Amino acid sequence: MLPIRCPWCGEREQTEFSYGGEAHIVRPTDSADLTDAEWGDYVFFRTNPRGLHYERWFHAFGCRRWFNMARDTVSGAIHGTYRPGEPRTDVPDAPRVPVAGGDGGEG
Amino acid sequence: MKRYSIFSLVRNALSYHENWPKAWRSPDPKPAYDVIIIGGGGHGLATAYYLAKEHGITNVAVLEKSWIGGGNTGRNTTIVRSNYLMPESLALYDHALKLWEDLSQDLNYNVMFSPRGLLHLAHNVHDMQEIGRRGHAINAAGVDSEFVTREQVKAMVPIINLDCRYPVMGGLLQKRGGVARHDAVAWGYARGADARGVDIIQNCAVTGFRMDGGRVQGVETTRGFIAAPRIGVVVAGNSGALAAMAGFRLPIETTPLQAMVSEPLKPIIDCVVMSNTIHAYISQSDKGELVIGGSSDPYNSYAQRGSFDQIEHVVGPIVELYPALSRIRLMRHWAGITDITVDRSPIMSKTPVEGLFINCGWGTGGFKATPGSGHVFAHCLALGDLTPMAAPFTMDRFHTGALIDEGAAAAVAH
Repeated sequence: MLPIRCPWCGEREQTEFSYGGEAHIVRPTDSADLTDAEWGDYVFFRTNPRGLHYERWFHAFGCRRWFNMARDTVSGAIHGTYRPGEPRTDVPDAPRVPVAGGDGGEG
Repeated sequence: MKRYSIFSLVRNALSYHENWPKAWRSPDPKPAYDVIIIGGGGHGLATAYYLAKEHGITNVAVLEKSWIGGGNTGRNTTIVRSNYLMPESLALYDHALKLWEDLSQDLNYNVMFSPRGLLHLAHNVHDMQEIGRRGHAINAAGVDSEFVTREQVKAMVPIINLDCRYPVMGGLLQKRGGVARHDAVAWGYARGADARGVDIIQNCAVTGFRMDGGRVQGVETTRGFIAAPRIGVVVAGNSGALAAMAGFRLPIETTPLQAMVSEPLKPIIDCVVMSNTIHAYISQSDKGELVIGGSSDPYNSYAQRGSFDQIEHVVGPIVELYPALSRIRLMRHWAGITDITVDRSPIMSKTPVEGLFINCGWGTGGFKATPGSGHVFAHCLALGDLTPMAAPFTMDRFHTGALIDEGAAAAVAH
């Protein structure tokens, strides 16, 4: 079980949190103009990296607020948590694999 | 290949079983093949086997980064069934089940397929409606499925507590479903493929693809470059990482799915019992261990281990449903990493790279599909195109919206 530092409440057990998938995916504002392929990419396709992953978590049994986390999907190591709108935690020496199609926008 | 038989058993018994030949070779990779299959799990080995057996394509290499059958093939709960809701999945999984039924004879290798019956419990009105809908859909497709009452459930599974927190109201039974020996599936396919000339190359990790003008030329590996005009990627949880090497993304997220076994007991459950609502399933292995599984961990991970709280979520309902098991000890627990699509259906598809095919997204339910997946994917690789059975499972469905939505209706047990 991971101890997770909620950027609003401090460190709590992982069982208090629920997972919200990949972070920094911005909903396209011009959705009416998108092709089916572009819309499908936005809705269904994910980077799913083996290594550093930026992801959203929700403090379900706490403050019930969302935040973002930089976590390694192999070791489980948490490199940092930050509030939405704050710059993502930079992890320069994290093991990286090639990520196709960039790693999403900012959000 | 020396055939296994009662005579070979007797002959080898006379020499104290010290002279059995190796079941497959360990060749060095050749510089080029007609087809390369990345991933030496059940699905990859089955693909190689059927390529050689059904299509006569024997200049094939199976590249495995570690040892064959060491990933999800060795980490599942060995359940085999075909009671799916959607016609596309029913066709595919029942194709697999039909292959399971004479797989031991076909491979000359005992995969210990045991169609002992598979019971899916209903605990509330919604469950009853769901099994009603699914049961009729399955029957309409000509696949076996029957409804059983509470009393019949109790007769089949005497240790069950029908009046648990979510009382058992009935069930859906597939008598042709059951379990098989997971390692034997990988080994049997490996032996069969090897005997037909397929090179199975273990400890050979793919590190990249070599491409020319959007066409795949071969793979870079830890044992050097290997060329092939046609490549199949069958790597389950690591599909995303391989796709990234080839420069495209998949509609897949990778999460661990845990399972566990108890200490060995005398025979106590002679069928597979699963429950969607309490999200736990159980069967008893031939060694007597209770094999228990539940839902996958709720976040992306490539670690082949899960979180402890998830174990409690599985064991709690099991003990509520079978109070007699409350004092048994768990011996082992483990996790496999599963490649989960949003519609919970697999992907068999061409990719943006010409010559590169992918077979993935089997998620938490790939073991049961092993023979069917290999059979259909081999046909696609031989043809260079998708067969009618594979066509609905293409990656394009996430762009067209023609999803095969098993997510809400799948019968949990995997």
